[in-house]
Amino acid sequence: MLAKRIIPCLDVKDGQVVKGIKFLELQKAGDPVESAAEYDRQGGDELVFLDITASHEKRKIMIDVVRRTASTIFIPLTVGGGIKTVGDIRALLNAGADKVSINTAAIENPDIIRESSELFGSQCIVTAIDAKKVSSNKWEIFTHGGRNRTGLDAVKWAKKTVKLGSGEILLTSMDADGTKNGYDIELTKAISEAVNVPVIASGGAGNVEHMYEVLTKGKADAVLAASIFHYKEYTVKKVKQELRKLGVNVRI
Amino acid sequence: MKKYIAVVDFGMGNLLSASKALDSAGGNAIVTDSRKIIEGASAVVLPGVGAFSDAMKNLNNLRLVEPLRKAAASGKPFLGICIGLQLLYTKSEENGAWDGLDIIPGTVVRFPKRKGLKVPQIGWNNVYRTKPCALFKGVKDGSFFYFVHSYYGIPEKRIDIAATTEYGVKFASSVCRDNVLGVQFHPEKSQKAGLTILSNFVKMVKQ
Repeated sequence: MLAKRIIPCLDVKDGQVVKGIKFLELQKAGDPVESAAEYDRQGGDELVFLDITASHEKRKIMIDVVRRTASTIFIPLTVGGGIKTVGDIRALLNAGADKVSINTAAIENPDIIRESSELFGSQCIVTAIDAKKVSSNKWEIFTHGGRNRTGLDAVKWAKKTVKLGSGEILLTSMDADGTKNGYDIELTKAISEAVNVPVIASGGAGNVEHMYEVLTKGKADAVLAASIFHYKEYTVKKVKQELRKLGVNVRI
Repeated sequence: MKKYIAVVDFGMGNLLSASKALDSAGGNAIVTDSRKIIEGASAVVLPGVGAFSDAMKNLNNLRLVEPLRKAAASGKPFLGICIGLQLLYTKSEENGAWDGLDIIPGTVVRFPKRKGLKVPQIGWNNVYRTKPCALFKGVKDGSFFYFVHSYYGIPEKRIDIAATTEYGVKFASSVCRDNVLGVQFHPEKSQKAGLTILSNFVKMVKQ
């Protein structure tokens, strides 16, 4: 039976991990490759690197980070953040990323999903959706860290991205993100039921119960979490053991 | 010249992980699209992701169809991964009807359209053996492997099936026919269990 996936996410800036520098036992604590290797040891099912590098020149560093990671760690790697063109996607895939996650660029130019999925296959094109609740059972897409309202309905947008060729959806609740109060269950359920591709829930993980809720009631296929792992409140292994006790099928 | 494994590059995705994983399993991988290098290899790996039609078109354009069929018939260890396994079959129903390499008799079909069954299958699923196969030596039965696919192959002969997996249907997640082996999952993305598979393949090369 297909297992629910637990996916640690690392924020990377100028080639260094910006959160998650708490793996003090590692020789190079800020090195994304070292942190990725640690999550691999703990049993992470996949890894996500979110590139938050601001300067364009320094974005090339990420290509090297991806190449080093893909040469040493044999689990799937997704890279997101700042991807604007098909050329950006090609460079990351050639460096060894298995998937890329596209966010703002897809909203500004939805055709990038169609073009890239035709070129590289749907399986490597993940659309990242940042949604905020605007009324009861209605969510809208926001960009730029929640500052810019797009007017796009989250459920409709999710369906459109899948039609264009997106093979997976990385769904972040802007309301829940950073709160550690749990994922947005209603949002996740609405999107997961609306599309026929896997949905990765993100934003709000504070404990295992939250993950359990979104994987069961929220119908998510995978959960993404950052700080819960970085600050060593939980290891991936511990999370999986507890989820299994609750009856969730996870890979241990 | 030192023995090497030809990892066939036919424009279906990045092969860095596959070659690095083979290297780390003790092999000596060379990523190539050259007929000569494939002919001179001790073993051949046909990896990749993407659409069947594109894959066959690329193999035809690179004039690799015959060299690959020859390699499989020569008795060299031959491993198809993901789309590389699907290409081993006679034909595929992906986007119409396409002829494959016809090394293993069988047809490639899509997962059923059914509510709640998400396609592609993405993630870790259990692989259960149906017959002994050297590829799985030292791998616990039912181990998890990483899958990404919308299509799967149905071999004509049950005896060719080495392992099965359940996703809406029970399908052949691995085949094993003499020297020709295939896995629908990605051993190069399946952590320790995947590396064991590749290391078993490398051992066949050394024998």
